[in-house]
Amino acid sequence: MAYFSQQLINGLALGSIYGLIAIGYTMVYGIIGMINFAHGDIYMLGAFHSLILFLILGSLGVTWVPLAILLVLVFAMVLTAMYGWAVERVAYRPLRGSTRIAPLISAIGMSILLQNYVLLLQGARGKPLHGVVTGSIPLFEQGGFVVQIGYMQILIILVTIVLMAGFTWLITRTTLGRAQRACEQDRRMAALLGVNIDRTISMTFVIGASLAAVAGLMVTLYYGIIDFYIGFVAGIKAFTAAVLGGIGSLPGAMLGGMLIGLIEAFWSAYFTVEYKDVAAFSVLVLVLIFRPTGLLGKPDVEKV
Amino acid sequence: MIARAETRADVPASGVLASLLKRAALAAGVAFLLTVGIVGFELVSSTGELEYHTRFGSIVVTVAAVFFGYLAMGLLQAGLIWPAIIGAVVVGAVLLFVLVGSIRDPSLERFLPYESSIVDWSLLMFPVGIVLRGLWLFGKARSQAKTGRIAGSRRYSGWLAWALIGAALVLPFMPFADRRLVDIATLTLTYIMLGWGLNIVVGLAGLLDLGYVAFYAVGAYSYALLSTNYGLGFWVCLPLAGALAATFGILLGFPVLRLRGDYLAIVTLGFGEMIRIVLINWYWFTGGPNGINNVARPSFFGLDFDRNPDEGVAAFHTFFGIEYSPMQRVVFLYFLILACALVTNHFTLRIRKMPLGRAWEALREDETACRALGINPTNTKLTAFAFGAMFAGFAGSFFAARQGFISPESFVFLESAVILAIVVLGGLGSQIGIVLAAVVLIGIPEFFRELKDYRMLAFGLGMVLIMVWRPGGLLAHRDPTMLLHGRKRGRS
Repeated sequence: MAYFSQQLINGLALGSIYGLIAIGYTMVYGIIGMINFAHGDIYMLGAFHSLILFLILGSLGVTWVPLAILLVLVFAMVLTAMYGWAVERVAYRPLRGSTRIAPLISAIGMSILLQNYVLLLQGARGKPLHGVVTGSIPLFEQGGFVVQIGYMQILIILVTIVLMAGFTWLITRTTLGRAQRACEQDRRMAALLGVNIDRTISMTFVIGASLAAVAGLMVTLYYGIIDFYIGFVAGIKAFTAAVLGGIGSLPGAMLGGMLIGLIEAFWSAYFTVEYKDVAAFSVLVLVLIFRPTGLLGKPDVEKV
Repeated sequence: MIARAETRADVPASGVLASLLKRAALAAGVAFLLTVGIVGFELVSSTGELEYHTRFGSIVVTVAAVFFGYLAMGLLQAGLIWPAIIGAVVVGAVLLFVLVGSIRDPSLERFLPYESSIVDWSLLMFPVGIVLRGLWLFGKARSQAKTGRIAGSRRYSGWLAWALIGAALVLPFMPFADRRLVDIATLTLTYIMLGWGLNIVVGLAGLLDLGYVAFYAVGAYSYALLSTNYGLGFWVCLPLAGALAATFGILLGFPVLRLRGDYLAIVTLGFGEMIRIVLINWYWFTGGPNGINNVARPSFFGLDFDRNPDEGVAAFHTFFGIEYSPMQRVVFLYFLILACALVTNHFTLRIRKMPLGRAWEALREDETACRALGINPTNTKLTAFAFGAMFAGFAGSFFAARQGFISPESFVFLESAVILAIVVLGGLGSQIGIVLAAVVLIGIPEFFRELKDYRMLAFGLGMVLIMVWRPGGLLAHRDPTMLLHGRKRGRS
């Protein structure tokens, strides 16, 4: 039971990170119906931006941790969001209204481009960041096993909850959110009614990228080491999470992220660490076979 | 052009310039935000403690390049050709001066933004490109020549194919064909074969497969394991590898082929990764990350290509009474993959005209209609998946035989992406387009191995640019093979 609770906590923290990335996938898929393959690399750029900003703040003498994290969060979101915007502008906007496969190939190209861009600029070695947020709270003890929740895990889960609340408000209550939902339902009709389609889609990418930047910051703090390749695996898993939750559905993305995180944590704890990715993908395949729209997705009506 | 001329008449040049300057400044601002973090600071962890070096020079150069580049392109678009050309010439001249100067005087190098001199020199492409484009636009505006599409380009594809095959046949015997060239050609042909195989799945049946490399891996490991464990030869293993890969295709395809489009893509991607993870972790069977060494090389009708072959095996050079040369094996492998690729091509071209091929193409266009006509979509898709997988299996066992060593490293997702890119960039369904795309994406970058870091960067950029420039691929080909009443002639 104690071991189980510990894995539950670990899984939730990991799942929050996947969920934050998955939102970017699911929003873009919902609004323009494409897999933004470069999104995982946007998250990687977010992690690099966070690390660079931490070092700059460190050399500027900002050592009070909460302030440093807040500043890094804001600036990393801004800088990474620019990448989200630029990727859409350069690689996807010219292909709008083209075949389904063209933006996908363009996105894969963008993903390769961004990975090698960071590889060239920052080198292939993993970049370590030593304990910014350390320590943990012991929750309870059972049979000599102390269940504890790290401050970092608390931070991850809290930030995720706050962001999700803000994000839900954005989608359901603001003009931008309304425009996004309108574009999702019928882009042409929305354009006729005066919604600026280009701007709305750009904003979708910006929001997705800034959430990915938060995930990047959290991963940098949580694991303490990043490299140029982290975007690929995290990206696939986050996409899996988005599909699992029902692509196009925002609560679904969060739910899917949590589930993938939990599956990974429990599988590593009770079975084998090596096959944890296989477990995540197997769950995806099973869900798609038995419930092709995902857990919270709307059924896709087939039209001739 | 007419619309542009009108706007030029309506809006005074100063207005155009002001708005252009504003937009260029905006683009430069975006470039600044993009580069300020990741370009401006280099993370270094040499002493164990992480620190950063600044590279503000690169930011300044990039921002300036974006500003002037945007300005020049905008001027060209607005019809103000001469200012753009003059500006590009000035910028190019300054750049050239620094570049040439830095050869004699190394102290000038600190004005150059990048560490590699080749990349610094390649910066010259931008002003040169703008000048050329400007001159081209100028020439076009003067002559008002209409450049129409070459009508009926399909007519040439018949003899073009034969010419390409002829060129491929004589290539190894050309005086300039050294070992490196033949090796690159072999590699390119491997990708052409993979592209043609994947084209059955993606181009004909319209199933988006992001895990094609899994079947390539199955083929390679089948041959490597059968030959190292049971001593089976290449020619016995080739069909076995194909059959095994096809079986895998059916096994993997069966549960997932009911899914459509993007779901299928992500599931196939997942399967590709799963097979790779299994290959890494199934240590006693596959050798894990170390892979399999000393895979037997293929023989030519029982003749070996070694200088001193094993007891009881005849060598190629002694049998034909010629000097031994390592090139013989290289050329043999080249012809082997050429033959395999041509078989794949022939198969595809023939099966397109058979009921099965027609069903694939029909399924790609409209699944619901096919269902109504009594085509079983799952079985039809499954055959496409199996055939595609079979050719990947052939290519995989060739790969294992050529390398003599395989490891899971060779079967990463990037390979799937590259093969898919070849198919899509070539123009879905176009056989010649795939050849062209494989040469552009595999053959040409292979010559620039020295620039290996920049190579993949350029590869990704190339994929994006080709897609943006020609979303349908280099040679788009999606017409139905058959039409009622010969409408085809009228259209193409």
